[in-house]
Amino acid sequence: MFLNNDVTQNTEMLERHVVQPADPEHPTILSTEDLHVYYGKKEAISEGDLRFASNQITALIGPSGSGKSTFLRSLNRMNDRIATVTGKIMYRGVDINQPAIDVYEMRRRVGMVFQRPNPFAKSIYDNIAFALRLRGVTDKHDLDEIVETSLKQAALWNQVKDDLNKSALALSGGQAQRLCIARAIAVKPDILLLDEPASALDPVSTSQLEDTLLELKQHYSIIIVTHNMQQAGRISEYTAFFNQGRVLEYDTTSQIFTNPQVQITSDYVSGNFG
Amino acid sequence: MMNPKTQNKVAIGTLYGVAGLVVLILLALLGYILVSGLPQLSWHFLTAPAKAFLKGGGVGIQLYNSFYLLILAMLISFPIALGAAIYLYEYAKDNWVTTTIRTAIEILSSLPSVVVGLFGFLFFVVKLNLGFSILSGAFALTFFNLPLLTRSIEDSLRTIDTTQREGGLALGLSRWETVTRVILPAAVPSILTGVILSAGRVFGEAAALIYTAGQSAPALDFTDWNPFNISSPLNPMRPAETLAVHIWKINSEGIMPDAKAISSGSSAVLVLAILLFNFAARYLGKRLYKRLTSA
Repeated sequence: MFLNNDVTQNTEMLERHVVQPADPEHPTILSTEDLHVYYGKKEAISEGDLRFASNQITALIGPSGSGKSTFLRSLNRMNDRIATVTGKIMYRGVDINQPAIDVYEMRRRVGMVFQRPNPFAKSIYDNIAFALRLRGVTDKHDLDEIVETSLKQAALWNQVKDDLNKSALALSGGQAQRLCIARAIAVKPDILLLDEPASALDPVSTSQLEDTLLELKQHYSIIIVTHNMQQAGRISEYTAFFNQGRVLEYDTTSQIFTNPQVQITSDYVSGNFG
Repeated sequence: MMNPKTQNKVAIGTLYGVAGLVVLILLALLGYILVSGLPQLSWHFLTAPAKAFLKGGGVGIQLYNSFYLLILAMLISFPIALGAAIYLYEYAKDNWVTTTIRTAIEILSSLPSVVVGLFGFLFFVVKLNLGFSILSGAFALTFFNLPLLTRSIEDSLRTIDTTQREGGLALGLSRWETVTRVILPAAVPSILTGVILSAGRVFGEAAALIYTAGQSAPALDFTDWNPFNISSPLNPMRPAETLAVHIWKINSEGIMPDAKAISSGSSAVLVLAILLFNFAARYLGKRLYKRLTSA
């Protein structure tokens, strides 16, 4: 990747924080307005204004401590007890960052997969089925069907279909992470947030996971935090570059990687820092 | 100056020596109790009532009282400890209130049990007029047991990774659902181990009971299970000397001719029961973990 000579040096002057996905086939499904996140008095995120396109993969990249994970975790209010989040998070015309929102119902629409695979200490089947049972899906036939489709969508079905009653803790890292994806999509979310889902996986599992995500975007809108720029380049349509708690640049992935407008972005994607 | 290799050897040797000494002392103690106590054990000894002046008495009633008191004390203290631990670890924010609660628990857990016993005597036996009774004893044991049990359950909850809680919340479960459906099932084996180990402590406790459950063991009619009858084993209002209190009592004022033998036998029973608790804790913990996690 080569450096662009006429990149803007002064990031304060830059007004291109927000990109509205122009593609009418993929309207905005989630957007943030004037989002600020504080840990105590310390501000972790300022003015993160982003719009996310439906049925596309958006990557959040940036150096460690740039606030990309904090931003992601704010989107389904996982930071509620940890940090103070101000500003609006608009999902289908509703601001979900307000106290009146049923946050549990909201999280079923905006699912999340974490950095380290966290299967529950239950059977593979129950990992997926128990949240559904709690919401009134008790019919054995329905449950079987949801478990099967979720596992198929997460590309895990063929490996575990004979071991559904075995402990999920015995799965390998890559399989466990797929199970977590299956578990997240079983409750039928609109949006899937992934926080560096491949960082604990080996290269083969990572590549399988990426294939799975590319399949999943037909059904879900995906926002993924990644440290791995090749990964962002391989799977995402849009990329947001975070640095020191701010979104410095947000554009189509090809634009970010080939023609970044900010010097720091250019340095980061070309591997000069971060 | 020693070279690092010799230094390491000396260190390892010293540590082995210290560890060996501890094991030796424990084995000697256990061996002495068992060697002097086991010959006294018989079915008659384990089931017959005690005799005050003649030889040939047993510890049947004391043994039964110990178990009954243990169960009552656990029934009262476990729900409270579980609730307190869940609140402290899963809900409470770190502020001065929780710090105060934690400090209070810490202080309570280091309270000498005889102080707990005297408090129980003044409050339950005298003030609340419960008399020397199983109920007074159970309440005193609850005070004795609660701090340690709360801490042990809190520690069990702490062993469950935060990512499990996040996993539950991210599926749209409420905090309560996450605790009851994800965290507790995963923590049950470790909680159970803590409960059984604390049961061992409660079982062997004497000082807290001397002034609350009393030092007499009235005859029981094991065919009468109406808890309102005074001779019924289930009656919680009767005085009830436990095995540990019995040992203390016959050693300080026993006048039966075979007091020494009975004391040795009772000690052996007590030690065996506690050993049994410990092994059961390990076995059940492992079994339950397999069941609940289908591992």
